[in-house]
Amino acid sequence: MIAVIDYKAGNLTSVMKALTALGAAAQITEDPAVVRAAERVVLPGVGHFAATARLRETGIEDAARESIAAGVPFLGICVGLQWLFEGSTEASGVAGLGAMRGCCARFPDSHKVPHVGWNTIAAAGASRLLAGLPPQPFVYYTHSYRAPLVEETVGVTNYAGPFSGAVERGNLFGVQFHPEKSGDAGLQVLRNFLAVPRC
Amino acid sequence: MLTKRIIACLDVTAGRVVKGVRFVDLLDAGDPAELAHRHATAGADEIVLLDITATHEGRKTLVDTVARTAREIFVPFTVGGGVRTADDAAALFDAGADKISVNSAAIADPSLIGEVGRSFGSQAVVVAIDARRGNGGAEIAEVYVNGGRKPTGRKALDWAREAEERGAGEILLTSMDADGTRNGFDCELTAAVSSALRIPVIASGGAGNAQHFAQVFKAGCADAALAASIFHFGIADVRELKSELAVLGVPVRLPC
Repeated sequence: MIAVIDYKAGNLTSVMKALTALGAAAQITEDPAVVRAAERVVLPGVGHFAATARLRETGIEDAARESIAAGVPFLGICVGLQWLFEGSTEASGVAGLGAMRGCCARFPDSHKVPHVGWNTIAAAGASRLLAGLPPQPFVYYTHSYRAPLVEETVGVTNYAGPFSGAVERGNLFGVQFHPEKSGDAGLQVLRNFLAVPRC
Repeated sequence: MLTKRIIACLDVTAGRVVKGVRFVDLLDAGDPAELAHRHATAGADEIVLLDITATHEGRKTLVDTVARTAREIFVPFTVGGGVRTADDAAALFDAGADKISVNSAAIADPSLIGEVGRSFGSQAVVVAIDARRGNGGAEIAEVYVNGGRKPTGRKALDWAREAEERGAGEILLTSMDADGTRNGFDCELTAAVSSALRIPVIASGGAGNAQHFAQVFKAGCADAALAASIFHFGIADVRELKSELAVLGVPVRLPC
């Protein structure tokens, strides 16, 4: 079973729909016990970084840390990717998971914000998450804050400079774009995540 | 590179897609789920479903239609028409909408924008503006509500700015002057609104050919353009439109 974490930050219907379409058994939950028991964990999110404070309050963060340490594949989407970092200037008092170094920051005023629409993502090194995609596939983004390039970056997108479109390390994965809204390319990314063995 | 979006719009009433009657076309009426899937497969970057009658009795039908349509598509899906309250919006999100579009109700109660945004994120709130300027400049364009029937006395530029301040994620700007003419989008109005805002602006009304789309993306500074009756002016599908736009130097998602 796949735990899709609900932290009251937006709509989970589309993520559930995509996972279901790929034949996965997924369950929306805010129960740490369900997260601990899950074979895979997905942390969606289209809201404000501050909403991730709820993950700590509800004990989900501890459950997620244990699952990740135990090798359970974990995928953060959008704000879910940002949460893997140390924090975001969107909510400076709220710490992220800190699994990846650096802080997320707002796009500069030189560009329209949010960054909305289909943009290309370029592979940066070997990636299980982006395997089987055409070179420079288009994926759908909608966000105002972005994660820096780090050693875990496996996909780079440019908008007012380069940022992490996809990150992965071991069983930990994150995508800033919305795979559930990115057509065939997005479904392939989710399929890849579903195929990652527990490590 | 961030591409310009081509958004396919389905006008729906009582669970069926309805289209203009001037043209003999396969899409005069059809099933929303089927057509949405066809547009998405043909390369539409987003799908918009507008309930054009938006009657109270029709809400249940609309929610069912949205749920059925959402099952078929994995590109962003916006639903609008008659969204009056945050509860209306919530029902549509639950049914599978990624964004909702608000128009008359947001003019009547602008706090609706922030209310929906707080629960579902501002990226999920599209404020639709129907504007008319006649022979005047873009700055005098006035907002109309109730399907373009009722003038509000509000300037489109002012309302667009307020909507942005209140947390709108995008503006869907329809030129009532251009709508239905097939003579091209109102590039002047679109450019005025787009350059006054930080959020994306979707242009709507007046599309007749691929050149018109290129013009509204370039001169009109539009971030996206809505093609409500794309199959009615000799373009086979979204993919063909995009191929023509690519030749005209517009960055589009292709292949798609």
